[in-house]
Amino acid sequence: MQKLALALAGTLIALNALAEPRSAAVPPANIPYFAANCANCHGTDGRAVSAIPPLAGRDRAYLEETMKAYKTGARPATIMHQLAKGYTDEEIAILAEYFAKQK
Amino acid sequence: MSRFNPYRRRLLHALGASTALAAAGLPVSSFAAATTKPGRKLGRVVVIGAGFGGATAAKYLRKWSNGAIEVILIERNQQFVSCPASNEVLGGNRAYDSLVHSYDGLRKNWGIRLVHASVTGIDADRRRVRTDSAGDFQYDRLVLSPGFDFIYSGIAGYDAKAQETILHAWKAGPQTLALRKQLEDLTDGGTYVLSIPKAPYRCPPGPYERASQIAWYFKTHKPRSKVIVLDANDKVVSKEKLFLGVWESDYQGILEYRPRWNVVAVDAAKNIVTSELGDKERGDVLNLLPPQRAADIARTAGVINVNDRWADVDWISLESTAVKNIHVLGDALQAAPLMPKSGHMANQHGKAAAAAIVEILSGRDPQPTLMANTCYSLVDDKRAIHVCSVHRYHPEKKVPLVVEGSGGVSKEASAEEGIYTRAWATTIWKDTLT
Ligand SMILES: Cc1cc2nc3c(=O)[nH]c(=O)nc-3n(C[C@H](O)[C@H](O)[C@H](O)COP(=O)(O)OP(=O)(O)OC[C@H]3O[C@@H](n4cnc5c(N)ncnc54)[C@H](O)[C@@H]3O)c2cc1C
Ligand code: HEC
Repeated sequence: MQKLALALAGTLIALNALAEPRSAAVPPANIPYFAANCANCHGTDGRAVSAIPPLAGRDRAYLEETMKAYKTGARPATIMHQLAKGYTDEEIAILAEYFAKQK
Repeated sequence: MSRFNPYRRRLLHALGASTALAAAGLPVSSFAAATTKPGRKLGRVVVIGAGFGGATAAKYLRKWSNGAIEVILIERNQQFVSCPASNEVLGGNRAYDSLVHSYDGLRKNWGIRLVHASVTGIDADRRRVRTDSAGDFQYDRLVLSPGFDFIYSGIAGYDAKAQETILHAWKAGPQTLALRKQLEDLTDGGTYVLSIPKAPYRCPPGPYERASQIAWYFKTHKPRSKVIVLDANDKVVSKEKLFLGVWESDYQGILEYRPRWNVVAVDAAKNIVTSELGDKERGDVLNLLPPQRAADIARTAGVINVNDRWADVDWISLESTAVKNIHVLGDALQAAPLMPKSGHMANQHGKAAAAAIVEILSGRDPQPTLMANTCYSLVDDKRAIHVCSVHRYHPEKKVPLVVEGSGGVSKEASAEEGIYTRAWATTIWKDTLT
């Protein structure tokens, strides 16, 4: 399939591959879309300036472990313990990496 | 290759309609790559309604297409006035001006073309939108987030004249200020009556938050005054235990709640409402929320196909199931199970539709994305409660469903959540408008 596509048009395969889920969790091209559902509270790309803490540019491991701790209930919260339960560990890792990379 | 044929066909269709694309003369094979090349165009999206859904969609279409999608945002109001936090204004806990926001950020930061006009017609076959004062606009994709309009027919006597004194204040703006003035003018000992329609309506906890805010105002400023809540529903629709708990501990003797009280008639001269069962109640200030449906322009567009009230959509693209190339968001939707009509949700719809449209106009298949909701309510000047949920697309049922074990409500009303509530408002206004 890929070979065939290569012969047809170079630019298209790249996109075709992007549209193909690489991991079961979130196709890489869709990660910004996926992460945007944290933006209502944590700001666009995680850059909130309010009482709700920003996520942009924070330590990746901290974000991941904190989300997992919310999920298990190890870390108490007003709301994050309920929201974190909506995400798989794999998705949490993807989100942590995405927000850590935002400037 | 065959995998993205359906959308490719639509892409070619869109191509024909967009002069920018035609002018660019892009060969079809390299066209899908245009997202990454600055200056190239993917097409034009017209967005109707710059509320929570439409403004978010417009911004994220520009952001995620790196400017390759031209966005025209048509809104009849000059400024954005937030319904969220407007109940605080009624309670005297917030300045009205803080609800009002400029559309300049969308223009300046994102290159969105804002047109202040009313949309009066939509020709879906020719993909054209007509406005009352700014001419016609051609689109490749149309986004419709017009909010709701009231169904007045079920309430006898609630004519245009009655509507001048008996307010709803359920669309923030002049009515918010007018209702606040009625409350300020009320003598100590006077009664405020709030009537709530059967669900679904905009913002399930909103009426109960309003009742709490006004009860707080009476408690601190007019201790002999009363709040009477007449609810057409069988019980408090959202955060029931939390609201009932606060009313019992804080507003006993001030706030009275009556379920299954469906207003079917008003007498504006005597300030009396009548229920389905013939019960009557008089209030010095009547605040009536009539039943609701998707806004008028949704009917004009032909997208209303559920109970003659709401618009059904495909939950991956948010495209109407009735009319091609029109994506519907926000309160106008026939909601997915347990999905409220909220600003938070409309913002999420805006992002989901923007993502889908970027993918479609790039010749790719849109993927389902997760959506989450939160509704905060302030129960006095400081303390708040929340309800939240995470919704994940179910591939067989083809709707987003609440993830088992996720979401929930506050343990109790707290000042900490009061701070987060106000932070939420500030942040969602920014995420939507700047
Ligand atoms: C008192 C109150 C409190 C609330 N509190 C909260 C809260 O705390 N949290 C929360 O998440 N939600 C809250 N909500 C709900 C929230 O306001 C709505 O769910 C949200 O506004 C829906 O967004 P929308 O885009 O569907 O509609 P809207 O935000 O109403 O936007 C629709 C826009 O379309 C424009 N429009 C309509 N027709 C046309 C036309 N023909 N031509 C041009 N323009 C047009 C309108 O002028 C309007 O600006 C509250 C609502 C109320 C009333
Ligand atoms: C409804 C608003 C809301 C949404 C949506 C939301 N958060 Fe939060 N977040 C909060 C609040 C409030 C806190 C503070 C902890 C608490 O009380 O829950 C917080 C705290 C956090 C923290 C800890 C930050 C720190 O400095 O210790 C992380 C990490 C986090 N959130 C990640 C996320 C991610 C990832 C998402 C999207 C999947 C998300 N949040 C969505 C409101 C929200």
